[in-house]
Amino acid sequence: MAEQVTRKPYVREVPRLRWFFRHPRYLRYMAREVTCIFIGAYTLLLLVGIRRLAEGQAAYEGFLQALKGPASVLFHVVALVFALYHTATWFNVTPKALPVQIGEEFLPGRVVAGAHYVVWALLSLAILFLAGVF
Amino acid sequence: MVAKSNKPLIWGIFAAGGTLTAFVTPVLIVLTLLVALGHTPDILTYEGLHGFAAHWLGKLVLFVVIALSLWSAAHRLRITFYDFGVRADTLVAVIVYAVAALGSVAAAVCLFRI
Repeated sequence: MAEQVTRKPYVREVPRLRWFFRHPRYLRYMAREVTCIFIGAYTLLLLVGIRRLAEGQAAYEGFLQALKGPASVLFHVVALVFALYHTATWFNVTPKALPVQIGEEFLPGRVVAGAHYVVWALLSLAILFLAGVF
Repeated sequence: MVAKSNKPLIWGIFAAGGTLTAFVTPVLIVLTLLVALGHTPDILTYEGLHGFAAHWLGKLVLFVVIALSLWSAAHRLRITFYDFGVRADTLVAVIVYAVAALGSVAAAVCLFRI
């Protein structure tokens, strides 16, 4: 019924594709969303590795050999950049997602986000250490 | 009548996976980047990773990382498809969640055989 009452409904033209080039904020949103392509692709790579591991030593060592080379390095570097962007954007909204209230006051946002960065740095170092990197 | 929706469940998995990938995906990429550069870390040698995955706790860690990463990436990819102008949301949802489900089952089966 509403369509009949409104004689000149305002329809804002939004291009179906490439709308995100219109504003830097939209572009940052899109950069954040496409991180999932790289995280998903990298997880599928991990899955292939686990599969090769289940197939035995020769299969797994073939997988490690296939990981070597410039194309693989490039994929890893690009995936790392997007993964870090995901980490930063995820932690930066934690003050909104997990507001910490103490008495009447809320803990400042940078404390909540900062705590995530500190835990992340320590966890990453611990994993590198346990993995035998140093 | 209480409105029923699967949104809280999907969102819960997305939030858990997003948090997990924020914390561990960068360092995992660094580990396999080292392999790509020819410096395989001890944990990623056959003996190292087989030993890790042979223990039930290692299996659980690997399964949770792979499954949650796949599900949260699938959910975000569904939204991303819409943002890129693909309006067939139901079809996209079925495909991305099916890949996440198959990947999770495959991870469980492979880990079980180690």
